[in-house]
Amino acid sequence: MKYMALIYSQDGTGPAWGTPEFQAMMQGYAALNDALKAAGAYVAGDALQAVDTATTLRIRDGRTETMDGPFAETKERLGGFYIMECADLDEALRFAAMIPTAAYGSVELRPLVVWN
Amino acid sequence: MTRAGDPALSLAQVVRSDRGRLIAALIARLRDFQLAEDALQDALEAALRHWGRSGLPASPQGWLLRVAQRKAIDRLRAGARDGRRIADLTLLSGEEAAEWAAEDIPDDRLRLIFTCCHPALDPKSRVALTLRTLGGLTTAEIARAFLDREPAMGQRLSRAKAKIAAAGIPFAVPGPDLWAERLDSVLTTIYLIFNEGYLASSGAEPLRGDLCEEAVFLARLLIYLRPKEPEAEGLLALMLLTDARRAARIAQGVLVPLEAQDRRLWDAAMIAEGLALLDRAMARHTPGPFQIKAAIAALHVQNADGSGTDWTQIALLYDSLLRMEPTPVVRLNRAVALAEAGALPAALREIETLAVALDSYPQFHAARADLLRRLARAPESDAAYGRAIALAPTSADAAFLRARRSARVKVQADTDIPVLGQKKAEQTPGPSPTGRYEANDQNAPSPSRPK
Repeated sequence: MKYMALIYSQDGTGPAWGTPEFQAMMQGYAALNDALKAAGAYVAGDALQAVDTATTLRIRDGRTETMDGPFAETKERLGGFYIMECADLDEALRFAAMIPTAAYGSVELRPLVVWN
Repeated sequence: MTRAGDPALSLAQVVRSDRGRLIAALIARLRDFQLAEDALQDALEAALRHWGRSGLPASPQGWLLRVAQRKAIDRLRAGARDGRRIADLTLLSGEEAAEWAAEDIPDDRLRLIFTCCHPALDPKSRVALTLRTLGGLTTAEIARAFLDREPAMGQRLSRAKAKIAAAGIPFAVPGPDLWAERLDSVLTTIYLIFNEGYLASSGAEPLRGDLCEEAVFLARLLIYLRPKEPEAEGLLALMLLTDARRAARIAQGVLVPLEAQDRRLWDAAMIAEGLALLDRAMARHTPGPFQIKAAIAALHVQNADGSGTDWTQIALLYDSLLRMEPTPVVRLNRAVALAEAGALPAALREIETLAVALDSYPQFHAARADLLRRLARAPESDAAYGRAIALAPTSADAAFLRARRSARVKVQADTDIPVLGQKKAEQTPGPSPTGRYEANDQNAPSPSRPK
């Protein structure tokens, strides 16, 4: 099954750029990338630019509305994602537990729909 | 071999003793909870017809499994849409001819327990699914036990089964890295079932013994399938030492505090088994919260005449428990033990610090009321009793609290009228209010869950 890990955190809760803690966090991500690739579980993964770069689009009554900002204003922001190929939820949870942001943010796991 | 007898009765016996094992074997093959349940139901209906005509088969369990598997294939054929299902079908057809004697059916119940109690399901769904698949209760019985409407409970069960399938919750015994977390989830689920039976969260009926028995059955099953887990043994000991007092706990619709219970009504065999289990668990030298709670329950029942309970020892055990479960409820229980050990003002000071966290928790107000009464602060005590009565979950709880409030005792040395602190403690070491209120009472403080 493919799982998407959605990585959320609140602004200002993670380690600041340039600090040793930030360095450790990035090493954590590098280790996870290696582990995913070694297990053949890596499909995709990346970090997102800050939420103030977000643009939201919707179509209502045939008219396209384009707006500044994310779809929903929440304290926890979507900051990155992985798509992982895993045997089951427990394997996905094992990898999710290696996501450094889980230590101060949260990770939502969602299976991808299988299209036939 | 065919035996004479009522086929419906024989079927009921097989269902009673082997349903969990059959459903587990079917889920292991079909990887689909709903399909397994439907197919077993089909097979049971077929059994009623066939066994009546041609007598009991040599292996009723093997017969049911084989027929259920065929019924599953029929259902898959009727609904076959996607590749996975067709693959299942092929796999099944290969096994179709297999014959199983009862003892040849692989026991997949341990995997089933861990799937039903997976932390990706919400706690109430874990309870419902465990009772349905392993306990064999009907949806109607589970709904009744939790005072839910049957359709609502049916929907809850369907949602849980759908999530297992869609989210890829494995049908597997967790590996060593997940073991502690998952075992804890299983034990907590069993304890929730027990508490719902022992301390009904609402309604007129204060005890639901069938749920207690289900919980004890499930704990025994877990220990049978995976022996030597000290916390599982601790949980079973705790439930036995608590349930042993069931017959003495209510008299004329009013809760009887532990110290006033008629000990002749206690189940001596259950107490002996609980104490032996606790000894065995503690000899493994891996302490845990359930073992500590069982040890507290043991101190209560070992005190034969109710006069010499070792409250200092109980307070020390709560100190240990607090290190593992730093919750306001454990703090409250520890304060009550301190009060019983003689430190009334210190206990009250400790309890007052919990006022915000436990404001909607009746035991908090009851314990506070009792301390205030014993410190001769009657008006404050009456007000606190009023709050406890308003929050009381069952009529037996409320009746008890009203009796306490009207028993105008001026000082702490009341020997013939049991004090509430002891009632509190009665509820504490056994089914600790922790499990019950955190899980079932929407207004009660809930354990901090990682977000």
